[in-house]
Formats: sequence, C-alpha cells, structure tokens
Amino acid sequence: MPQPLPEPEFDELYRELILDHYRNPRHHEPIEGADIVAEGYNPLCGDELELRLNFDNGTIKDISLNGRGCSISQASGSMLTDAAIGKPTAEVERLAGMFTRMLTEPDGEAPAELGDLEALQGVAKFPVRVKCATLAWHTLEDALKQRKNGGHAVRHEE
Amino acid sequence: MTIDVEKLRKDFPILRREVHGRPLVYFDNAATSQKPQQVIDALVEYYSTYNANIHRGIHTLAEEATAKYEETRQKTADFIGTPEPGTIVFTRNTTEAINLVAYSWARKTLKPGDEIVFSVMEHHSNIVPWQMIAKETGATLRFLDIDDEGQLLWDEIERTIGERTKLVSIIHMSNVLGTINDVRRIADLAHKHGALVLVDGAQSVPHLPVNVQELDCDFFAFSAHKMLGPTGVGVLYARRELLESMDPFLGGGEMIRRVRLEESTWNDVPWKFEAGTPNIGDVCAFGATLDYLSELGMENVREHEMSITRAAIRRLSAIPDLTIYGPESVQARGGVVTFNVGDVHPHDLGTVLDSYGVAIRAGHHCAQPLMQRLGVVATARASFYVYNKDEELDTLVEGIEAAARLFRAPAATRA
Repeated sequence: MPQPLPEPEFDELYRELILDHYRNPRHHEPIEGADIVAEGYNPLCGDELELRLNFDNGTIKDISLNGRGCSISQASGSMLTDAAIGKPTAEVERLAGMFTRMLTEPDGEAPAELGDLEALQGVAKFPVRVKCATLAWHTLEDALKQRKNGGHAVRHEE
Repeated sequence: MTIDVEKLRKDFPILRREVHGRPLVYFDNAATSQKPQQVIDALVEYYSTYNANIHRGIHTLAEEATAKYEETRQKTADFIGTPEPGTIVFTRNTTEAINLVAYSWARKTLKPGDEIVFSVMEHHSNIVPWQMIAKETGATLRFLDIDDEGQLLWDEIERTIGERTKLVSIIHMSNVLGTINDVRRIADLAHKHGALVLVDGAQSVPHLPVNVQELDCDFFAFSAHKMLGPTGVGVLYARRELLESMDPFLGGGEMIRRVRLEESTWNDVPWKFEAGTPNIGDVCAFGATLDYLSELGMENVREHEMSITRAAIRRLSAIPDLTIYGPESVQARGGVVTFNVGDVHPHDLGTVLDSYGVAIRAGHHCAQPLMQRLGVVATARASFYVYNKDEELDTLVEGIEAAARLFRAPAATRA
C-alpha cells in the first residue's frame, strides 16, 4: 500500500485571525480631512495601501487603512489599525520596532505586548513574504517621522 | 513520436525529491528548467578530466577543452539551423546577448530620430537596454500593443514599422501569455524598410523547433538554463557580416589579436565578443544538453507540451472565477498558462501551492508593462516541460481549489 500523502500545512501562516482581518478589514473607510496621508507601495508584488491618521496631541486618535494586495499585507494593515488607535505615538513607534524584529530577527516567543499581532509570527518562516507583513508598519513609521517634520503626506516604498 | 514521460523522468534526479513531504511538481519551467543526469555528468566530467583554459594552452587538456567548447558552438549552430558556427557568440544569458547588440551595434549606429520598435509583451531584458540606448543616442522608442487574446495587432505593426525604424526587437514566445509571434512576417516587413530584427528566443528555443534562417532574423538570443542546460550560458546568433562590422562589447584577453600599449587589434568573430575566460565547463555541459534535446526531437517536445497545455487549460477553465490570459488555441501558444483566481493574490496562491509541493511563479514575471496592459498587478503562472505529466495537474487543481476556499472574501467588505 502506498503511504498516504501528508496533509498540506499552511495553517501556521494563514491563521484564522489573519484570514478574518483579510476578509473583514477593520477601519478601512478613509478618514476625511486626515492630519497625515501616507501611501505604502511594494513594487515587487504590487501591494499598495493608504494610511490616514488623525492625532490628538501626542496620541493617535484615529487611523484608516485601505489598499489591495495579498492576504498578509492587508491583514497586517488591518491589525495595525486595531493596535495603534488611541495609543501615544511613542508607544506605537516602539510597537512597530518590536513587530519588525519579530519577523526579521525571530528568537522564540513574541513579546506579550504585541497581543494579536503575534498571529503574524509565522510569516518569519517565509522570507519572501516578510515585506508583505511589514509594508503597513514601515509606512506608519514614515508617517510618524513626517509628522515630527511638520509634513502632511508621505510615500513609502518597501 | 510520443515521448515516454515516465522513462524520461528517471533522467532528472531532482524529480525524485519531495517538498513539504510531497512529490515535487515543478511547473516553473519558464523561469528555469531542471537538468538531466546526462548534463550534470558532462559538467562533472569537464572538471574531473579535462579542465583547462581554452584557445591558448599548448597541452593536451587545453586542446581537449578547446575542442569540446568549439564542438558545442557547432552543435548550437546546428540546433538553430545555421551552418556557420562563427555566427554563434556565447554570453552569460539572453539578457547579456541583447545588451551586446545594444552596446556594440545600436549605441554606435542609432541617431536622433531613429526608431526602435518593441511590443508590450516584452520581458524587461528586451525593454530596459533599449530605454538606455534611446536615452544615450536620442533614438525614439515605439511600442506594439496586443489584443484581448494577447496577440499582436497586424494593422498596428504595419503602421508602426516604417522608414524611421532601425531595429525591431521582439519576443518569439511570450513568457507570460505564451503567445508565439510570427517573427518571420515581422522580419519581412522590417527588412523592407531597411530595419534589423532581433528575436528574444529565451522561451521559444527550449520548446519549439527553431530555424534562424527560416525566421530570417538578424539577431537571435536565448539561454541554456531554460532548455535543460546549465545556468551561466547564453547564446547570441547574429549574421556574420553584422558581427564583423560591430565593435567588441567587452575588452580583455581572448578577444584580441595583437596588443600594444597604445592600441590593439581584434580577434576574428565570434571570439572578438568573448573577452576573458568564458564559462567553459557550462558551455561543454550545454553540448550534452543539445544532444539530449536533439535525441528527443524538438517536434516531439512541442507535441508533448501542446498536449499538457491543452489539458491544463481545460482543467483550469473549469475552476470558478479563474481567468486565463493569452491565446485560446494551443497552436498559437507555448506551454505557459498564466492565470488569476478571483480575488486570491498570486503570492497567496503560490504559498498554498508550495505546501502541496507545487512550484509555480507568482508576480509580474519581469514584464511589468504587460501586467499594466492586462490591468493586473500580478498573476500566477504554471509553465511546462517535457518531464511534466497530466497527473501532476491534479495536484495543481487541488491546491488552487484549496486556496480559493481559504481566501474567499465577502466582496462587500473589501476595500
């Protein structure tokens, strides 16, 4: 009897939480009159997104994100909005750094502070897909830098 | 003659390996092909028994290596239907062959107002060199569009190629659409206007019988690695008088006859274009590749691929929401099937298929202008070769259906 083939395993990458964010993206209605508009673009795979941010002093009051691309890039962006809204910019910057390190320098457990974002940890095992997950976060970091410089629009290429 | 696929597959050691615990289904042949043991052995034989530099050593190994290297040049000439080995220049790949023509011919010849014509279905390697040359010489770029089936429009070709055209550079078989272009008809028209024709044969030579004399092209470029051969070997065919009139591409050893401190004279063609120690080992192994394909017969290779392509189009067309790009008829296309499945991003599809052991290409296929023309950011592509069999399509279809289920998104909620 020939051995049955093993079941293909893609659950580690495509966790239910990621698929849920991909199918039902959060905060994707563009904010009118945003303080900063940031576009993120990955020319290699054509992923693109637009982040709009409103601030209340040092806090991110609201974010919208819409775009098109693969499930990882869009889910990561949707999860970003959930994670960053209502937080001080300094904390979000720290979170962004932590998130990027989880994917580029994986060393076991993801920090507890990342919360749901931990679901994207599996991407680290797929080097070609890491940029899909970091696109929204790098775009956000550029937007926050731009705010410090007094700008209102920025375009990030991954 | 029908190819005995099961027997032939035994020649390819890589087809015995597993990916994620499942048998490898290799459908990324338009990117690069796998190698038979005969080619691997030829490479090992070179390094184990007659490794030496060519064209200068006065010893047995050098003579053997030179003979084998030049024998491969003759085999290459025979394979693409030219009697004259002196018209065959070895390069690193198709890209370098096209760049050789761009720098040694176009850069010296073209003037402001001259026109270079190519199509929207070109690979980046047949676009970017011409953009660079146009910038430098003041020549103008003209583009040929396609219809919805991915075929060139003959009316437009006749309107575009004219007295100002100096070069028409055209892909023989599209690496995305699979479209096989009637390059002979284009060459006839271009020649009527005194223009030269370069054919990018990277996808055609591996899969179809090709005869450069019948195509009547002036330049023809292709790569060994896409035709069961080693990486690092490309071929430029050019009419002899063109090669003779052209300046060298790179300067150095091998390409010279006499060197003085102030100036040098050039070697004869084709060696004038092969500066420095060439990729001797891989060229020698390429000789074994040509033997292998010649024994199979390119007519049979083409027939086998038409059969699996027909089956693939039939199977994929039955999947809901799946769009196939390119000509419908397998007579008009090669063994490349490019597609999209609903809203599923090709990279997600590629990752899911990989977990099934299926290797496909996902992305822009080095043809971004064509992606724009098709109105997509990316596509998935399955491309076949002689060792692929219809049963492997079962796994492809299974994987695509699994991905479609996984990513099916309620359309209303998508941005």
